[in-house]
Amino acid sequence: MPQLEIVDLKANYGAHTVLERINLSVEKGEIVSLIGPSGSGKSTLLRVLMGLLPPIGGEVRIDGQALDYRNRAQLRRIRSEMAIVFQQYNLFQNMTVLENVTVAPVKVKGRPRKEVEAYAIELLEKVGMGAKLGAYPDQLSGGQQQRVAIARALALQPAILLLDEVTAALDPELVNEVLDTVRLLAADGMTMFIVSHEMGFVREVSSKVVFMDAGHVVEVGGPRDLFDCPQEARTREFVGKILRH
Amino acid sequence: MWQQMVDELPRFLSYYNLLFFAKALGVTFALSAIGCIVGFTLGFVLAAVRLSTRPALLPVRIGVQLVTELFRRIPFLVTLMLVFFIFQGLNADLSMFTVALISVCLIATAFIAEIVRSGMESVHQNQWDAAITLNFSYLQMLRLVIVPQAWKIILPPAFGFFVLFIKDTALASQIGVVELAFAGKTMNNKGFSATLVYGTVLVLYFMLSYPLARFGKYLEARLAPTRNR
Amino acid sequence: MQFDFTPVLDRLPYLIAGAWLSLQIAFLAFAFGMLIGLVGASIRAYGPNWARRVVGVYVVFFTNTPQLIQIFFIFFALPDAGVVLSPYQAVLIGMTLNAGAYLTEIQRAGFESVRRPELEAAETMGFSRIQTVRYVILPHIVRVLFPALSNQYILMTLGTSMAAVFGVEELTGRAYNINSETFRSIEVFSVAAVLYIVITLIATLSLAFVGKRFFRAKMRWF
Repeated sequence: MPQLEIVDLKANYGAHTVLERINLSVEKGEIVSLIGPSGSGKSTLLRVLMGLLPPIGGEVRIDGQALDYRNRAQLRRIRSEMAIVFQQYNLFQNMTVLENVTVAPVKVKGRPRKEVEAYAIELLEKVGMGAKLGAYPDQLSGGQQQRVAIARALALQPAILLLDEVTAALDPELVNEVLDTVRLLAADGMTMFIVSHEMGFVREVSSKVVFMDAGHVVEVGGPRDLFDCPQEARTREFVGKILRH
Repeated sequence: MWQQMVDELPRFLSYYNLLFFAKALGVTFALSAIGCIVGFTLGFVLAAVRLSTRPALLPVRIGVQLVTELFRRIPFLVTLMLVFFIFQGLNADLSMFTVALISVCLIATAFIAEIVRSGMESVHQNQWDAAITLNFSYLQMLRLVIVPQAWKIILPPAFGFFVLFIKDTALASQIGVVELAFAGKTMNNKGFSATLVYGTVLVLYFMLSYPLARFGKYLEARLAPTRNR
Repeated sequence: MQFDFTPVLDRLPYLIAGAWLSLQIAFLAFAFGMLIGLVGASIRAYGPNWARRVVGVYVVFFTNTPQLIQIFFIFFALPDAGVVLSPYQAVLIGMTLNAGAYLTEIQRAGFESVRRPELEAAETMGFSRIQTVRYVILPHIVRVLFPALSNQYILMTLGTSMAAVFGVEELTGRAYNINSETFRSIEVFSVAAVLYIVITLIATLSLAFVGKRFFRAKMRWF
């Protein structure tokens, strides 16, 4: 049974339809990448999954169970099963690195501080930020902040990790350190939903690539298949444009 | 005129008179300070309600918005009269100080609620997003993330309001509260020259307001630079 | 409590005329205050040191003392020096001087907000001094200042209410009169409050409209 199933999902932003007829399934341990032009709805899909934008049609299922995005208790459950890392890192400016990672498990889930801190330090060392536990976000580079954001998302031990263009806001020389961290997580078997422009990386690490355009899923395929022999005209057009440089 | 003032000075500066002015000054300060403290507390509550998204609270939110807008558009004097006559109509036996205090608190709450709300809204949306996706409850979001970042933006205008407010309390003299303006009127009625009396009152208000205003500017300078993305 | 609004509503035209007087006083005080502000801000920005200090003292003094007491002084104390003014004159002069101080500060902020790069660009494009003022400096200052000036105007409109203390028959003053005639206190002051809300709302909305439409200023609708 797929871990995550998206069935006929539809979402609006005001009067504007931003997502329509989205059908996807993700198995445990799979890494699904979303690619497509700006405005195609990739980031919006992640936001809808996290409940930041309510869906107006269709269904999302985790382990076969349908999720009700209008129910507050369900929303809490959704956000403990799935965690998201944002393009702008969204670290809490008033907290140190360690506090950023520990605040949710301690204050929201109520887990004992010592246990959470130990795990947090482990995670931060894994992403390479073990030496900066007491630093504040404005003292860190973009790449460092993003890695802390990843650790923060992992601290809640989610079943599925959503990564929303996590390297798009970084200077080129900092992109690799974040991608290395994602590679590590992939090797660990984390189920991930990645929105990215880094086509080389997408091709290397994904088990499945989804091409979206104008709020629809246009084509789904294995990385090699989609990039080397895309079936749909629009996919061909997009792949042609991005691979040229 | 100057001669008259110089003649009156010794009588004016009698121990009793000085004490009288000092007490009046205290009343002025008490009205403004208590008003602002209450205003700050309630203002925070109102702002928190205003920014929540629970559908159940919608009528409350509208009510809060209405009340804050209302009291910011009615002159202090009219609010004072309304509070005074409403309590009179209720046959409540309140001291004039209490009536003035209630008016002061109402107005301060309305203005400060707006300042607080604006400050909290100015915290970047991505901080709210991150807190939501980490499953923070609304109160946790405010307490752990929003307020620690918003207070620096709230404090300078709130303090500025406090300084402004001290001057507004002069109108409480109209219902007989023995604050500084009333003290002036009393002394003038006792026969001292208006120049001396009101000149003194002006100086006293100045001595109360100016240091606080300077401190407010200092606060503004200290808290402004930390502008994050 | 029994409420009887009829005596008050019967006198509604009288009250509205009072509101109109409030608006006039606010307008006059604002207009003259702007002139004072313009002179004051110019001196603070470009004048000799001694003049700057004088303006500084004026601003500091009038912004740290209550308008009510300022008017008290003008009305009750000036006669000692031989200057006797009617209540209306005293209120107007007091409000003007008070407004002038705040408006000096506001305009000074405007003067100081003109950005060097814009002036340099104008210079390199061959603008004369006067052209720079007309096409670069003034539009910018007006856009920056419009919200603050609008806010000050609204505050002043509410501030006219203290004229009632001196017997001037603007809105609050007339409310006082009706109160002593009919004793329908809560009713009359509620109606007065509503009138104040109405005139400030009209003022806020019109100023927001003008500001957005003609000056592209950052205005809040509320």
